[in-house]
Amino acid sequence: MWSIIKARWRQGYRTAAYPAVPPALPERFRGCPELTAGAPAADFVPAASACPTGAFTASAGAPPALDLGLCLFCGACAAACPAVVKFTAEHRLAARRLEDLRLSPGGRQPRAAPAEDSLRRLFGRSLRLRQVSAGGCGACEADSNVLGVPTYDMGRFGIQFVASPRHADGLLVTGPVTENMRLALRKTYDAVPNPKVVIAAGACAIGGGPYRDHPEVHNGAAAAIPVDLFVPGCPPHPYTILDGLLRFLGRIP
Amino acid sequence: MTADFARLPNGGVLPLVQLPRLGLERFRAAVLDEIAKSGARLSAFFACPGDARGHLLIAVLALDDQGVLAVTSCAVEREYAALTPDCPQAQGFEREIAEVWGIRPLGHPWLKPLRFQPPRGAPAAAERPAIGLAPFFAISGAEIHELAVGPVHAGVIEPGHFRFQCHGETVYHLETSLGYQHRGVERALLGGPAARTIHYMETLSGDTSIGHATAYSRICEALGRIRVPARGQALRGVAQELERLANHIGDLGALAGDVGFLPTMSYCGRIRGDALNLTAILCGNRFGRGLVRPGGCGCDITAGDVERLLSRLEEVRRDTASAVQLLFESPTARARFDDTGALSAQTCRELGLVGVAARACGLARDVRRDFPYGIFQFAQLPVCTWESGDVFARAYVRWMEIQQSLIFVSEQLAALPDGEIRRVPTDGTLAPERLAIALVEGWRGEICHAAITGADGRFACYKLVDPSFHNWFGLAFAMRGQQISDFPICNKSFNLSYCGHDL
Repeated sequence: MWSIIKARWRQGYRTAAYPAVPPALPERFRGCPELTAGAPAADFVPAASACPTGAFTASAGAPPALDLGLCLFCGACAAACPAVVKFTAEHRLAARRLEDLRLSPGGRQPRAAPAEDSLRRLFGRSLRLRQVSAGGCGACEADSNVLGVPTYDMGRFGIQFVASPRHADGLLVTGPVTENMRLALRKTYDAVPNPKVVIAAGACAIGGGPYRDHPEVHNGAAAAIPVDLFVPGCPPHPYTILDGLLRFLGRIP
Repeated sequence: MTADFARLPNGGVLPLVQLPRLGLERFRAAVLDEIAKSGARLSAFFACPGDARGHLLIAVLALDDQGVLAVTSCAVEREYAALTPDCPQAQGFEREIAEVWGIRPLGHPWLKPLRFQPPRGAPAAAERPAIGLAPFFAISGAEIHELAVGPVHAGVIEPGHFRFQCHGETVYHLETSLGYQHRGVERALLGGPAARTIHYMETLSGDTSIGHATAYSRICEALGRIRVPARGQALRGVAQELERLANHIGDLGALAGDVGFLPTMSYCGRIRGDALNLTAILCGNRFGRGLVRPGGCGCDITAGDVERLLSRLEEVRRDTASAVQLLFESPTARARFDDTGALSAQTCRELGLVGVAARACGLARDVRRDFPYGIFQFAQLPVCTWESGDVFARAYVRWMEIQQSLIFVSEQLAALPDGEIRRVPTDGTLAPERLAIALVEGWRGEICHAAITGADGRFACYKLVDPSFHNWFGLAFAMRGQQISDFPICNKSFNLSYCGHDL
């Protein structure tokens, strides 16, 4: 017992001061991209051809756009067009509507708006989520699960993952929704009591990610159930997910 | 062994004209004979779409003691005599061949679909079962009961279905029925390399991004005749061992959690994140996305990064040592780990298990030593084994490997070669009509990639074998005769990938 107490003392208090103090992210972290305003549309064309998922669209005639929902944050566009595309350290990416994920030159993505008052009154101080992995690679699950460790400790905001959909206020869905998981996702959704919320975390759950348009998948959670919050990333950084959840609950302005 | 097999090193390339094509009977006899005589392992066994006369069955045998891969093939039309009755390690491969290509391995004891995926090449069978609705291995008798778990599990984990046949608390058999994560990766790789190819590799199993991206890059380097610069190789090695470190630390924490030993669970959960953040220093992403690229690495690090990494690595070492010591000193945790889910070395050999699961049965199987590649040709890590084959052995092997990886990463960072990190060939084409095979020791075990290029230098066939593909059956055997309540720790002690299996 003494050794346990000693180790506890040694390991110390490790919970980050977030959200009061902004998170420390690594130097090479690829957060929200930035497209240079006023650059000729043709300058963005190589970025669009380098994009593996079609998130980046550009042609000589039309204004370029980057859909953060489809973006893998791989940096291929910035490598192809370093003069006009760069990745910033901005980790706040979540959005309530898909159209808010479309980024244009010089544009800034609006921060996710809080849920409706009625939902906030119910869930603002206590949100229980059932996580459903509906395909994908397991990285989004890993970086959602990690929100429970002492560093992030999302329990201090009243947010928690629960084992049964019957105990949940909503779902956090990851993965592109494979054909083989479609029914299970739908059944899990139906098992959550009303009113309920759905959060789609990661490029797969928003638009299919690297598997977009594969016949084996359904290009994201919205194809099977209604979605209230989209969290981009491949996978999203744990702070990106936490930021999205807290904004949705109206806990950070 | 002479004319029946072509011999290749790890990362070797074989012109397709030199691939032996045996008759069906000779193929079967040669493969079974080699496995029985020399203790070779079946690293991969798959069908490659052929011409009108049928498909080509290709077997890749790993001869661990010689560091050589032996490859052979045979043409097959509709059916052939299954290897599984004489060679259990073929069971998953043959189920896959039957499901994907409609080729029947006659005499296979359990030809149930592996992934419930749409068939390729072959006409769809009329009565293809829906996922979860195929018959399960069942036992009958008074007081026998069946327990179904999944695909949606209680934790934040991937989907899969487990079916237990129990008598009271005792599990007689566990059948894993997967495929829920099937997203068509092998099919989508055909005709590549393309813009998405590296992303398929990095997301085959998200926690093994470095492992699979390294295997794929080595395929491209073999077929494109590219030599990776020394600094690129060293950085890849560092990234691969950081991946092992993070996952092993996370697993020890999760094992502690599953026996209710909360201090180690809570510390290791946090330290795993610290280890992932070291990878993020390398490339900006906690899972190493963007780090490994054909020809070398996608990003370089500075002297300042090296210093930061070394000092944080020291913190990880100290914190992990303290957290893990608590776990192994706790009599209650040890009582749950000892003798639980034990596998014998003999079972392990027959099932062809790899990685931590095999080393925990006393088998010194490690691609880094047996088939050294990249930086591991110059810097060797000792192979960590333990004899007991139980949950404790799988936990303790992880702890020994954590310590070895920490030493390796520190040594490599302290002596990083100078120079460029990547060499990209000017034309970027792959040699046509070749077979290339690359093995990598991922943190779960042996990763095998086998690629065949067509006349146009594009992938005509790409076989992916995640270590989990071999090891899921090992978990089923480890559960035999166990208490049902010990399933979580048995499962966690293997910690297999669903998506790496389902592809």
